[in-house]
Amino acid sequence: MEFQGYRRANGEAGVRNHVLVIPSVVCSQGAAEAITRNIKGAVYLANVFGCAQVGEDREQTKRTLVGFGLNPNVFSVLVVGNGCENLPAKEIAEAILRSKKRVEVINIQEVGGTKKTIARGRKILKEMLAEATTAFREPIQVGELVLATECGGSDYTSGLASNPSLGVASDFLVREGGTVILSETTELIGAEHLLAKRARICEIGEQVLDLIDWWEKKAIATGQDIRGANPAPGNIVGGITTIEEKSLGCIHKGGTTLLQEVIKYAFPPTKKGLVLMDTPGHDIDQLTGMMAGGAQIAVFTTGRGTPTGSPIAPVIKITGNAETARKMKDNIDLNVSQILQGKETVKEAGKRVFDELIAVSSGKLTKAEKLGQRDFSIFKIGLNF
Amino acid sequence: MPPKSKAIVIDEKDNVATAIMQLKAGGTVFIPIQGRLEKVELLSHIPMGHKFALRAIEAGEDVIKYGEPIGKSTTQIARGEHVHVHNVVSHRGRKEGA
Repeated sequence: MEFQGYRRANGEAGVRNHVLVIPSVVCSQGAAEAITRNIKGAVYLANVFGCAQVGEDREQTKRTLVGFGLNPNVFSVLVVGNGCENLPAKEIAEAILRSKKRVEVINIQEVGGTKKTIARGRKILKEMLAEATTAFREPIQVGELVLATECGGSDYTSGLASNPSLGVASDFLVREGGTVILSETTELIGAEHLLAKRARICEIGEQVLDLIDWWEKKAIATGQDIRGANPAPGNIVGGITTIEEKSLGCIHKGGTTLLQEVIKYAFPPTKKGLVLMDTPGHDIDQLTGMMAGGAQIAVFTTGRGTPTGSPIAPVIKITGNAETARKMKDNIDLNVSQILQGKETVKEAGKRVFDELIAVSSGKLTKAEKLGQRDFSIFKIGLNF
Repeated sequence: MPPKSKAIVIDEKDNVATAIMQLKAGGTVFIPIQGRLEKVELLSHIPMGHKFALRAIEAGEDVIKYGEPIGKSTTQIARGEHVHVHNVVSHRGRKEGA
């Protein structure tokens, strides 16, 4: 089976053709935003980090920003720095060059102020956008897709309708040779034994259990109760009582295939099939991590509704809640609430999710893309100094 | 999927059902379990998406949904009673004794 995508110089396949402006540091975020303002086809990342970071924390920010540049949905990249930050724009640009894309760097201090940076940046951007028009869609095997799965604003319908439907679509994609990323480690608490049982080899199952143990101990060590954050107040109103209940509903979205590997935040999968990326339950942190890991597209299930989108990738929103589908039709791409009314089977709905995945991969715009929703947030693991 | 019922039971081991519409206290629901309809009289108002007990649950007993424990009851829960944060506590991710 094929979709219509963009073949990149390094052989990878994209589903979108963005020109991306990456602010290497929070100080240049304003300039990056101004450079892309009102320019169709150009996007920027709302990065609030990139300075006064050390060790693994700095590496994670760098890996995430670089990962966005490397993502095959991106045609070319302009990195904008301030000039004195400890994550220099040049360092990010050099790491992206291995994708064989055009990558340019400008620094506000070198160019001489914000106005000149914006003018220089817009000039580069216009060249890049003209070059981007030379890229055309061509038939590409569905097995080259890396799908990010996510659930947010969950309620009782998530575990009963939208997540199981996404699970069916995940299984379809894996059968086609594709990759499915499951994430939000904290939302596996209480369901980890079920995922560990599906591990390709014992060691991977143990990794799953170790990860959950780490997160749970981390939560307890803060002296706080994980229940203050998860399930969230909206989840509780929606009928979800405990994190275990949320997790057991949540885990359905990865489907039923074997778990091939466990990867760290913002790292690319090295295996095809189902993989687990270690991320927090925070919606935007996890979406950002999966896109940095090379996912070209996301399917996001929601019960209560959420506007989430990505700067570089389509995010298909599905709900099993009929009222949410009606109230938030601006945001919801696919309504699978017929499952709860007994009018559609999970398998039938899952086929619709898979068909939508192929249509969107081939160019159909999602609601979040039409709204220009471009959320970006890096999972921060250290202090700023 | 169980069709056109007012509530859903996911796994035969479950001791709770999920209301797929708002249900009134004093009302009766028929729930398809393993091909037969089981009658449950509701003791509480059940908001849409919330759970009620399919049988009496002792204090400290596991509450089962999806065939798995989702927490334990903090008090005796009667058949047909609302099951939620007021009478169920998570086993996980919480301080000792909390």
